[in-house]
Amino acid sequence: MIEISDVIKRYPGGHEALTGLSLNIEQGELVFLTGHSGAGKSTLLKLIAAIERPTSGHVIVRGQNVGRLKRAALPFFRRNIGLIFQDHKLLYDRTVFDNVLLPLQIQGLTGADASKRVRAALDKVGLLKKEKARPITLSGGEQQRLCIARAIVSRPALVLADEPTANLDDAYARDIMDMFRAFNEVGVTLVISTHDQDLLKRYGGRNVQLAYGKQVI
Amino acid sequence: MKAWLTHHLHSLQTALAQFRMAPIASLFTILVIGIAVALPTGLYVMLSNLDRAAGGVKPQAELTVFLKAGVTEPDARALAAQLGKADDIAAVRFISRTEGIDKLEASGLADITAGLPENPLPHTLVIQPRQAEASALESIAKRLQARQDVEHTLLDTAWVKRLSALMGLGRDLVFMLAAMLGLALAAITANTIRLQIYAQKDEIEVARLIGATDRFIRRPFLYFGGIQGLAGGIAGWGVVMLGLQLIDASVMQVARTYGVQFALGGLGLVELLAMLSVSSLLGWLGAYFAVGQTLRKVETF
Repeated sequence: MIEISDVIKRYPGGHEALTGLSLNIEQGELVFLTGHSGAGKSTLLKLIAAIERPTSGHVIVRGQNVGRLKRAALPFFRRNIGLIFQDHKLLYDRTVFDNVLLPLQIQGLTGADASKRVRAALDKVGLLKKEKARPITLSGGEQQRLCIARAIVSRPALVLADEPTANLDDAYARDIMDMFRAFNEVGVTLVISTHDQDLLKRYGGRNVQLAYGKQVI
Repeated sequence: MKAWLTHHLHSLQTALAQFRMAPIASLFTILVIGIAVALPTGLYVMLSNLDRAAGGVKPQAELTVFLKAGVTEPDARALAAQLGKADDIAAVRFISRTEGIDKLEASGLADITAGLPENPLPHTLVIQPRQAEASALESIAKRLQARQDVEHTLLDTAWVKRLSALMGLGRDLVFMLAAMLGLALAAITANTIRLQIYAQKDEIEVARLIGATDRFIRRPFLYFGGIQGLAGGIAGWGVVMLGLQLIDASVMQVARTYGVQFALGGLGLVELLAMLSVSSLLGWLGAYFAVGQTLRKVETF
């Protein structure tokens, strides 16, 4: 699913976020990226999602070399990946329903079909009753669940989550992790970055620990 | 096909929602565009009215020859026939004294002619040269001026030429103004679009991250630019019509002192449609450049 070999990511100014990382992730895996802050977890996720290009080395996702991806191919590449952000990146000027509808609109899916899929996704994250609400009226946990609904509505085979439980209290965090495990059980590959070691103990999965831009476990 | 249509409809709705979100600001932008459109359009309308008022006079090379008062009509006719045979003369039209005074009366100067004790007009010949150049005309004039029976020769072309030159200048001015203010229109649109893009940076970023193509992101802005241009064009038309209404009464008064009926004309349907298409197109173009340039700045990958 994901092949990373000898990847270096150097930011302008000389800071090296990844310093020669190699990693393979198989289809259907549940992977936790852990490590101190600044270890390169977010950078790795950005490389996999083609938000940034590697300085050197290869990042190959579903057979496509991210470093060589053409600008025009980028949107179609990203449509196969569900992205979940720590800061949710919701659109506050539209309803919960419309937030989840956006990926489908982008892919040209509209009408009754699209509505059905939006409601199915909202149902999975337990927000069906709030479809007409504005995201700003939701709690932090609910906003995170909305972000998850938006990431899964187009049924991606790969979901990337950057610190999805960072700002949530324990009960909410467990809710969300249960959801992720449910997705994983139906075959979705999940890569989740977290600094919460307890999560790992509770949920198993594979742990990839980074330190200073390299894999240590 | 259906998805494509719904997408365009969605872009249109998004664009219209932008107007609703900032109605006052949009109104002012549209008004500014309207004034930019109204200036060249108004000048154009004035010119076509002037053209119409000038009676569609064509700048034709003609020479008017006034004969001496003592020349009789048969002599004058004989001279006309004789001149008509000359190599450099294409046609000679004979206007007798009585015909001349009738024409004057018909053109609304009856008040003046009625006060005259006798017909002061001489017999007149209107000569068309074979070659339209001023030099040909002048050489004929010189030749005729030397004759005993000719009182005076008059080159009719001078004022017509002057008028047509002035109209030409006016037309150039319209084009120049249109080009300059067209550029301004595109720039105004580009600026509003740029502000909008910055206001919607988050939305664009999110849409990009979940797989929106550039076209998907660009389209609502293009619609916005086009609609704004169209609305500005309509506003400009309104400004011109209002201006015409305001000066119509005084123009009619001026016309009445000349004893003629003249009403100002507005824009024809074709001209109006052309103007609206140009202003929408310029709005669209302004949006296109602004979006292209600004999106590249918001770019992350």
